[in-house]
Amino acid sequence: MLNLKPNIADPDGFYETLINAQRDLTDDAVDRMNAKLILILSNHIGDNDVLAEAITLAAGEARE
Amino acid sequence: MLKTYEFPEFDYICSAEQRDGRVRRHPVVIVGGGPIGLTAALDCARRGIPAVLLDDNNTVSVGSRAVCYAKRPLEIWDRLGCGEKLVAKGVSWQVGKVFFGDDLAYSFNLLPEADHHMPAMINLQQYYLEEELVALCEASDLVDLRWKHKVVGLEQTDDRAVLKVETPDGVFAMEADWVIACDGARSDMRGMVGADFAGKVFEDRFLIADVVMKADFPTERWFWFDPPFHRGQSVLLHKQSDNVWRIDFQLGRDADPEDAKKPENVLPRLKAMLGEDTEFELEWVSVYQFACRRMEKFRHGRVLFAGDAAHQVSPFGARGANTGVQDIDNLTWKLKLVLDGLAPESLIDSYEDERIFAADENLLASARSTDFITPKNRMSRVFRDAVLDLAKTHDFARPLVNSGRLSTPTPYCNSPLNTPDEDDFRGAMVPGTNCADAPVNKDGKDDWFLRALGEGFSIVVFGDVPHGKTIAVGEIEAPVIEVSTDIVDEKGVLTERYDGAKGAVYLIRPDQYVAGRWRTFDPDRIAAALARATGQRH
Repeated sequence: MLNLKPNIADPDGFYETLINAQRDLTDDAVDRMNAKLILILSNHIGDNDVLAEAITLAAGEARE
Repeated sequence: MLKTYEFPEFDYICSAEQRDGRVRRHPVVIVGGGPIGLTAALDCARRGIPAVLLDDNNTVSVGSRAVCYAKRPLEIWDRLGCGEKLVAKGVSWQVGKVFFGDDLAYSFNLLPEADHHMPAMINLQQYYLEEELVALCEASDLVDLRWKHKVVGLEQTDDRAVLKVETPDGVFAMEADWVIACDGARSDMRGMVGADFAGKVFEDRFLIADVVMKADFPTERWFWFDPPFHRGQSVLLHKQSDNVWRIDFQLGRDADPEDAKKPENVLPRLKAMLGEDTEFELEWVSVYQFACRRMEKFRHGRVLFAGDAAHQVSPFGARGANTGVQDIDNLTWKLKLVLDGLAPESLIDSYEDERIFAADENLLASARSTDFITPKNRMSRVFRDAVLDLAKTHDFARPLVNSGRLSTPTPYCNSPLNTPDEDDFRGAMVPGTNCADAPVNKDGKDDWFLRALGEGFSIVVFGDVPHGKTIAVGEIEAPVIEVSTDIVDEKGVLTERYDGAKGAVYLIRPDQYVAGRWRTFDPDRIAAALARATGQRH
């Protein structure tokens, strides 16, 4: 089951880390980084059902 | 003419039926003398069906085309008498390297699982395979190989097909109870039954070249993504026999095939890849485009489609010839039972159920490889490159790299011929699965489990059977093979692979698939499963 409840202990800190990591990157470099980030996190999650649920959710959100 | 191979020319012979103008009825006529048609002829003969094979040419495959043959087809050819010879002639590789850009991303060693008679795969030029199969066909009394016989017309009634066949001596008619159409991706037979061939044609073109290396070059499979000598594309290199290497260049969508094939355009690519100092000679070159598609139905009345005629996949993963041979393995024993009047004609429909299921799995695997190797949009490419980049330093990304997954047999999980498990079993040998091989001892000699199985159905019992030594349903008999007296499992591998505690019983089909299994020998349950596996009860 995909956890959609708040789950990050320090939300502001996480968001800052993410934004800072990409602040000085070109669009192409950001795409490369985001792709790697998704792959690294997906491997950490590991469960295909959870990943499929997340992909479906994100694809729907993107369409709106 | 190739430097390492001279193509044989087989004699055209005018058949008696054409000369006499008397229409003959044959149980099975096979159309197409490629690896699938030749295997079909041999399997028919092995099962006692006289088979006529028609081929519109008079030699083996020009150019080497198929390269890689996997374990299951090798096991089938071993059953038909040439598995060991093919393995001896072929090349086995274990080390694979994946390059990305200028660097080696990683290498891997496919350590083969021990205790199988046949290796996980061999590489061998298609013409050597066909030559071996032709020799076995010629040695068989039941195979009638006819070269320069082209099917130009087809009519069907409820119980037969009538073929119009053109030879150098004109056109004549033949009747067949069943026709097996193995006439390849551009099948004329498919057109004659009016079937379409729906699917996806890929726009990327690929150039394949066979080169003869003058010096040693490692027996490894090398796959490059975006190499410096061929930017933005992929390249595959692997070895065949006689020091011939297959090189596969992705050309992209806009390449002009005639231009790409010219030696003045091929040679610089090869030199850039192999190094200026590597001496080689160009043996054969061809440009291809591929499609992933299948016929909606494999049976059209009395015509049964197999191999590329029925389903076509990308070359990644060696799924073409390998799956076609397994179509035949699935079909022939069913034809034999139906021809002999021992099983209802509906048994033939299970060929379609089982092999369409397998074709769909192959199409899926092949489409997935294709999407990885040739990304279709910018972001797919970013993801692909991210996987390859991560694979250089992180183990976790390596399983995501897809340069083709080696063909493995598809278990017929939901086949109506299976008797689902009622008893508890561990391990992979669930009903619908092809039997794993294992070393056994037979008549005091080392042998292999698959070789010890009979031509028809077999009942393998771990231990002894208190009852008779066969189970029969009507005239279909399944002899018992005891793992104690008939074969001995000295190494314990067979028992391990089949979870074969004392008393375990397996019903095994003529194509070496598990039909059912039990913890005790119950003749009624076994007979019911045998009836079910032969289409006599559902």
